[in-house]
Amino acid sequence: MSTATLTHGHDHDHAPTGWRRWLLSTNHKDIGTLYLIFALVMLFLGGASAMLIRAELFMPGLQLLQPDLYNNLVTNHALIMIFGAVMPAAAGLANWMIPLMIGAPDMALPRMNNLSFWILPAAALMLLLSFVVPFFPGGGSQINTGWTLYPPLSLQVGMSMDFLIFAIHLLGISSVLASINIIVTILNMRAPGMSLLKMPIFVWTWLVTAFLLILVVPVLAGGVTMLLFDRHFGTSFFNAAGGGDPVLFQHLFWFFGHPEVYILILPSMGVLASIVPTFARKPLFGYHSLVGAMIAIASIGMVVWAHHQYTIGMSLGAVKYFMIGTIIISIPVGLMIFNYIATMWRGAMSFETPMLFAVAILLMFTFGGLTGVMLAVVPADLQYQDSMFVVAHFHYVLLPGAVFGLFAGVFYWLPKWTGHMYDEKLARIFFWVNVISFNVTFFPQHFLGLAGMPRRIVDYNAMFTEFNVVSSIGAFVFGLSHLLLLYIVVKTVRGGRKAEAKVWEGADGLEWQLPSPPPFHSWTTAPQVR
Amino acid sequence: MRASPHTLPLLSLLGVATAANAELGVNFPPPATTVGQEIYDVHMVTMTIATVLLVLVFGFVIYSLVHHRKSRGYPADQHFHESWFGKWSWVIVPVLVLGVDLTIAGSANRTLEKIWNVPKDQQMMDLKVIGHQWWWEYQYLDHDVKVESRFVAEDKAGGNYLREVDHRLVLPTHTKIRFLHTSADVNHAFWVPEFGFKRDAIPGYIGETWAEITKEGVFRGQCAELCGTWHARMPIVVEAVSPQRFADWVQEQKAIKVAAAAEAGSDKVWTKDQLLAKGEPLYTEKCSACHQPNGEGLPPAFPALKGSKVATGPIAGHLNIVLNGKQGTAMQAWNALNDLEIAAIVTYERNAWGNDTGDVVQPAQVKAAR
Repeated sequence: MSTATLTHGHDHDHAPTGWRRWLLSTNHKDIGTLYLIFALVMLFLGGASAMLIRAELFMPGLQLLQPDLYNNLVTNHALIMIFGAVMPAAAGLANWMIPLMIGAPDMALPRMNNLSFWILPAAALMLLLSFVVPFFPGGGSQINTGWTLYPPLSLQVGMSMDFLIFAIHLLGISSVLASINIIVTILNMRAPGMSLLKMPIFVWTWLVTAFLLILVVPVLAGGVTMLLFDRHFGTSFFNAAGGGDPVLFQHLFWFFGHPEVYILILPSMGVLASIVPTFARKPLFGYHSLVGAMIAIASIGMVVWAHHQYTIGMSLGAVKYFMIGTIIISIPVGLMIFNYIATMWRGAMSFETPMLFAVAILLMFTFGGLTGVMLAVVPADLQYQDSMFVVAHFHYVLLPGAVFGLFAGVFYWLPKWTGHMYDEKLARIFFWVNVISFNVTFFPQHFLGLAGMPRRIVDYNAMFTEFNVVSSIGAFVFGLSHLLLLYIVVKTVRGGRKAEAKVWEGADGLEWQLPSPPPFHSWTTAPQVR
Repeated sequence: MRASPHTLPLLSLLGVATAANAELGVNFPPPATTVGQEIYDVHMVTMTIATVLLVLVFGFVIYSLVHHRKSRGYPADQHFHESWFGKWSWVIVPVLVLGVDLTIAGSANRTLEKIWNVPKDQQMMDLKVIGHQWWWEYQYLDHDVKVESRFVAEDKAGGNYLREVDHRLVLPTHTKIRFLHTSADVNHAFWVPEFGFKRDAIPGYIGETWAEITKEGVFRGQCAELCGTWHARMPIVVEAVSPQRFADWVQEQKAIKVAAAAEAGSDKVWTKDQLLAKGEPLYTEKCSACHQPNGEGLPPAFPALKGSKVATGPIAGHLNIVLNGKQGTAMQAWNALNDLEIAAIVTYERNAWGNDTGDVVQPAQVKAAR
């Protein structure tokens, strides 16, 4: 007889088993797991493309990749990492944790939850097709535009661009559905007594992120649809010869693209708000100002998009506005970082892997944020723009700000999800290898950019060799270190020391009141929150 | 005060480090224009402020990491967030950050206005900079001179490979120059680090920037906006010379242009060998980036000419695509070339790589096809 159902005790859930459990799942934890597995697969695909890019840039000259394949990889690396790895991983955390944290049995819209996940594999297939189609006879040229897809270059690309446009549509639908679900869940399913201003910051960051997604993803969908029409239906939205405007696409793209940065970062910053108090063994510093900061980051972040386009030639008034608006974002971001450091201050800290990542994030994200302020300053940006300095900057923001936050969250909650403790020793080795090789990879790229190396070039002058060699060596170690992450996660899922309900000594929050792993319907009776 | 015995080695070490840094390139190259110098200063001020802030944050975090540890028996202060500092930090921190922000924005503002406000009150030299896939065209509007600037192969460029061109952008020092940026196909960006700025070349737009070069020399840059396959092969090389030397250079260019026009305009009938001799270098210069020196192209983006329907079919069709380009592809209209140049290129393409059609296309035929 089935022993699996027995271990669930009194939950008469009649859940499907086998492959149906996953395909037909309406359970927030199973769907969360699906999201996380999907993200992990995509992480390795995106990582493989990054390592190919760095292999080509290891030495000057064209060794490994033809220029169009190189550009194709540059495009795919970005899209896979953003839409395939980071966003689904953050959605996986949301699915797993939001019901546990607010005392709900499940997400508010379980069937839509299933749909929003299962659109993703289809979208990923489209994305991969856009990459491989040019290698088949009649497949047209490769996507050599970068993820920004600027016309007129994107109008020259073959049918692979159409696959990509539909992939973006599907990814967008998935994100918007997931966002609606998260907003409805947070607003309607909270336990009695949990007012909005008693919610964990992680839940707050996802509420803000979900609103951001609903506001900006349709703009991207509109932009790429106009691109599709320009390509096939004779319109001239972005064609100057037909009365259109190539710069309009840039505005549409970055109206989505800049808030997207905050979409990637905010959930991870929410994870920090859980981890730092736990391991500092004292309450979060400045809860209300953190909530305010998150809302301010999202609001101001939505109206400063054109700082990605200082070199197109806007009016003096426009560039001044975008410069000052962008610099102003440092206020809520600075407040956020300050609150986390103040939470550590006078704490009784211990440094398990999640906390190690949290500290690394605070230091490196601050560094990335400060180069961001430098980039916001128009006169200097006229020099930095489209150089390797920008590549270094956004990897310093997105890896610590988003990816490391997700790693921290996975290590923090993995014992809760699986019921097993992960191997702390291996995890610490992973942390040190990962963080050091990350810095070896990206720190030298600042110098490359300042010295004049443009980004997205397949071949470079010998004067840029030294730092590129260092960067590539770092990248190979960084990329391979994730195999250790995979090993640790698989090992923890398969077994290990039993985790208690309250895994961490200093942990606080509803999720730690449920056993590890939590029952099938997380909170069958809502807890009372004081 | 006597210098400590360690000062000297330390200083020389610093000297070596700076020399090595200069070679490795860890910062902007020394600016060569008036505004470029100001941009450099803004960069240094902002970077200094950012570094100070970084040191502050690192300092607080590291202090906390060392002292506030459970393993040291530090008791967690459970009421820190309820102190006056906890109550008012949400005001104090933003005010401090705002102060820093205004300092940065203030220092940038004056330079920003100087960059954006192109001087209008005086005579300026006008230079139109046109980005093409994958070369630069410079039109000296005041002098009726045009320069086509293309990447050169590694055997000729040597150590400056990817930062060397066949024809440099020659510019006078101590002259206010207005750059007019545009593109013939996709977006590009004109970037010479010594000038301190870059500007996108966008089809349908004319962007305006300006510079006054303060020192003679050769300044190298690259296209900075992804523009397709050979984005890496769009170097920009500026040769800044004295105004006198520049005037001489303009005269030379004009003489070359007159001679070329006379040659192309004559009604001379050219032999196949003469056209092939002219056609091969022209093909290498203008066509081989896409269609490759061996004529095999890089399908599917850049079709082969070797054995192709166009290059072995009717001459009229071949001339049409060369003169008018092909919509929706990277193939541009080459109608700016003179009749002789096009005749030579087409003749070469129809006879090279085993395309042995035996056709000889005369300049008169090109003229008729325009």
